[in-house]
Order: sequence, then structure tokens, then C-alpha cells
Amino acid sequence: MKILVCISVVPDTTTKITFTDNDTTFNKAGVQFIVNPYDELAVTRALEIAEANNGTVTIVHVGEADSEPSIRKALSMGANEAIRINAIPVDAQFVAEEIAKIAQGYDLILTGRESIDYNGGAVCGLLGALLNIPSINVVTKIDYNSGNFTFDRDIDGGKETLTCAGPLVASAQKDLCEPRIPNMRGIMAARTKPLQIIEASVSNQAANYQSYSLPAAKGSVKLIDAENAGELINILKNEVKVI
Amino acid sequence: MSIVVFAESSDNQFKKSTFEAISYAKEIGTLMGKEVVAVNISSIANSAELGKYGASKVLNCNNTDGFTSDSTSEIFASICKQIGASIVVVSNSYVGKSLAPRIAISLNASLATNVISVPDLSNGFTVKRGVFSGKAFAFVNLNRDIKVLAITPNSFEINANGSDCATESVSVNASPSKITINAVNKVTGKIPLTEAELVVSAGRGMKGPENWNMIEELASLIGAATACSKPVSDMGWRPHSEHVGQTGITIKPNLYIAIGISGAIQHLAGVSSSKTIVAINKDPEAPFFKSADYGIVGDAFEILPKLISALKN
Repeated sequence: MKILVCISVVPDTTTKITFTDNDTTFNKAGVQFIVNPYDELAVTRALEIAEANNGTVTIVHVGEADSEPSIRKALSMGANEAIRINAIPVDAQFVAEEIAKIAQGYDLILTGRESIDYNGGAVCGLLGALLNIPSINVVTKIDYNSGNFTFDRDIDGGKETLTCAGPLVASAQKDLCEPRIPNMRGIMAARTKPLQIIEASVSNQAANYQSYSLPAAKGSVKLIDAENAGELINILKNEVKVI
Repeated sequence: MSIVVFAESSDNQFKKSTFEAISYAKEIGTLMGKEVVAVNISSIANSAELGKYGASKVLNCNNTDGFTSDSTSEIFASICKQIGASIVVVSNSYVGKSLAPRIAISLNASLATNVISVPDLSNGFTVKRGVFSGKAFAFVNLNRDIKVLAITPNSFEINANGSDCATESVSVNASPSKITINAVNKVTGKIPLTEAELVVSAGRGMKGPENWNMIEELASLIGAATACSKPVSDMGWRPHSEHVGQTGITIKPNLYIAIGISGAIQHLAGVSSSKTIVAINKDPEAPFFKSADYGIVGDAFEILPKLISALKN
């Protein structure tokens, strides 16, 4: 069983987002970067499945050298090896096309449901199409039994249970597992695990991020007296006209 | 060349987000002088109503096998190619997001998900999309000839000025899906959170899952969906599908009522695009009050009964 897990490196969830260079560049100053939370779930579940089936887990990441601490974190969780495709991850299609080039020969490929920075949620489906294999989005459960994977996944307004044989690609949603916390032995071992660096080669870029903006600030809050809370209903009905 | 919309349905009915997607496509169609074709890959036979929202034609492809990402994408991509789609619009739902990337690869198109505006055509083809989980927006230029756009629900108003349109049956030979659907469990009678116009959400201030009956009652009185904060879903008080915020789902309803949620930056990220925000919290210093339009400082257990009784009168 060979499993590939795609990870992205994102600003910590507490980050206050700002932009520089006339709102064209995300301001990385003082920002702490982490493994995308959904990708951590993917790594953890991949390790559990690999451990139960005598398999291996390979991590792949498209990014520059500054993301290596996050790749080492995934290795310290227990992954066997990692590949870093050296490029600025300009958009989901670029990332998927780069990953597709090294993604042959795996029984299972996992991504996070989406990255919490660009929120595309696209890499799973893009990889599925590029590799011509099934893609299964937002899975909350993955089990493996003699050649078949079974999944629970979120659908609009409910859940679905699926079965599919590998190779396939799936994206991890919350509830899949509890993210594994690296122990000291894992951290030490990760230092010497193989991390291969490959240069990017996709040139036909599908999208360019041109600029960014922040949501408009809210005006000051109108407080309603708690004793007279029913007044809120009146306001929502007759002033805001939303209910 | 036309604009093609995937007419998503659930339980044999077109979804509200489909009407939004068609209205959106119609607006681009008017800007660019292109017609809008809706594609209905489901078992719904009567689809002429999609004309009301701006479709000039609906192609019906009878499908009783349900949605699978590989097979449905293959059928949809094949229809898009046949009619020469230049822009493909889907809803940014779980279905739409399973479909859009596969379609983009099949058509060698540029893909943008989470789109919240009509494209700006003044300098290429630029769309605005939500990024950083609701903390910011990005303007993205799509370079390839064909574009695939997934539109965030509630970001575009339905325009139902048209009338019923022509429908046509099409059949497509697609390979059978490699995915077997074993079971589908839909929560009936509940509004899907991502599409809800009104949302009542609660946090740790509710003290325990046994107190959610008041939240549910308030929500049902105004026809709202229910949501919760991350700690509440982490503790298993509510299902994770109700968790809104940076690591949950991002929503933009017309009304968001937050009860007993302090308003951490991660939570605000997921809800700050809501049109009207009401915060109810006993702590007057709760950060939510800085992001709310209306606030009540007080105990949820005293305020909720007052709101419920005001609604019942």
C-alpha cells in the first residue's frame, strides 16, 4: 500500500490578514506558518492506514524552501519520505499539475478538504481528472479492506457512504481522525528522513492573483437592552426586514 | 459559444443555488452577448422553469444513478464540449466543487471556486473570490479561453424575470462510475447551512447540548438553519457539519444570530460576510460586539425565551 499525501503550508488560524505592495502581496511579516489543518488529518489517517496494511506514506508539497519545517513536521508524525516541488504555489491548477507528475503508482492519494488560505477545495478533483482516477471530496471516514476503500463523506445537507477501489484521490474533512502529535522520537527521526527536491516545470498558468482586499469594517454595534430583548425581533422584522 | 450552467438538484427539485447560478450566468451572458444553457443531469423531467432565471434552453440528460464525481463530470464535460461552452457555471456546493475541477481539466479551462462577483471584463477576465476563509478577497485573472466558475451561495441575487424556456433531451455515453454509492442519508426538513438565508448559531455559552432546544426553537420560528462554534462541535455537542468558522464552513447569510459565542478571529472569519449580524453574549467585552450590527449584553438563558415569546406573539 503506497499512500501520497499532499500538504500545503498556511498562515496560523489566529493570523490577522494584511497585504503589502499596494494590496498585491500577502504580508508574511510576523506570520507563523503551519501545516494546513485539514492536511494534518489526511497525514494522520494515511499513517493509520499504512501502519495497518504494511504500507508507506509519502508527503508532497509545492512550495519554497521556507516551508521545509512544515514538511519535517509531517515526517515527524511518521511519514516515510517527502518530496518538495520547488516553486511558488501560484494557484490550485498549477499545484495539481505539478503534483500529478509525481503521483503515479500510489494506491491512495489524500489532500485536505481545502487550504485555509486560498480555500479552493480544488486540488483533489483536479488531481483525479489529471490522473484519470476517481476523486472523492470531503471525507469524514476512510477504511480499507482487501482492495476496496470505503468512505463517509459530507454532501449538501447530509452524508453519503461510498465504496471505491484504488487508485483514487480523496480530500480530508474534520471528523476523519484526531491529528497526530509528533513525539520526540518522531521529531529526531524526521531530521534524517529523505526529502527530495524537484524543480517545477508547469508553464501554462491558468490563473493570476492580481490583488486583494479586506472586508469593509462594520459600523458600531447598536445595543439593545437585555430587559427588552423582544425589541430585537421588532427591529429584524420592521427595520432590517430580514425575517 | 455559450454559458453553460450545471442545474444542481436535490430530492427531485432544483436547488435555490441553481437559480442563483443561472441568474449569475444570465448577467454575464448579457455583458458578453452569449446565451445561457442549463444542463440538467438528474431524473427531473420538467425543467422549463429554469427559463425564468435566464436560461434560453435546458438540456435534460436523464440520470437515475445519482451523482458521482467521475461519471457525472464525464457526462457534463461531454455536453459542455458538444455545445461549445466558453464559460461553465456551477454552485460552490459540495456537488459543484466535486465537479468543477474535473470539468476544468476536461475542457483545458481556468478554474475559480468560491467566486462572489460577476467577472470584470475591462482587463481580461477577473473574478473576485473569497480567500483566507472569509478574512479577505482576491481578484484573480483567468487566462485560459474557457472558464469554470463555482459561485458561492447567497452571493448573487435570484432574478426571476424570464419565462419558461425550451427543453431538449440529450443522451451521453459515459463510462460507468468506479464509485459505488452505498447509502445516502439526507437530513430532511432542515435547511442546508451553506444555502441558508437566516442562521441561528450558538457557542459554549449554551453550557451543554441539552440546552439546544431553545436554539432550535428560535431557528424554526424564523425559518433559519442552526450552526455552532468550533468548541461546540469539538466537544461533540453538535455535529461538525454545523461548525462555521475558519476550519469549518464559511457562510454568508442575510442574518446571522450568534448566541454565547465570544467571536474569536477564526469564528468571525467564517461569518463576517453575513449581511446583518446579531451578537448575544453576557460578556460586554466579547469581540463579537465589534463585528455585529446589533447586540444584546445578557444571559442567553434569559434572552432566548424573550425572543421566542416575541416571535410567537
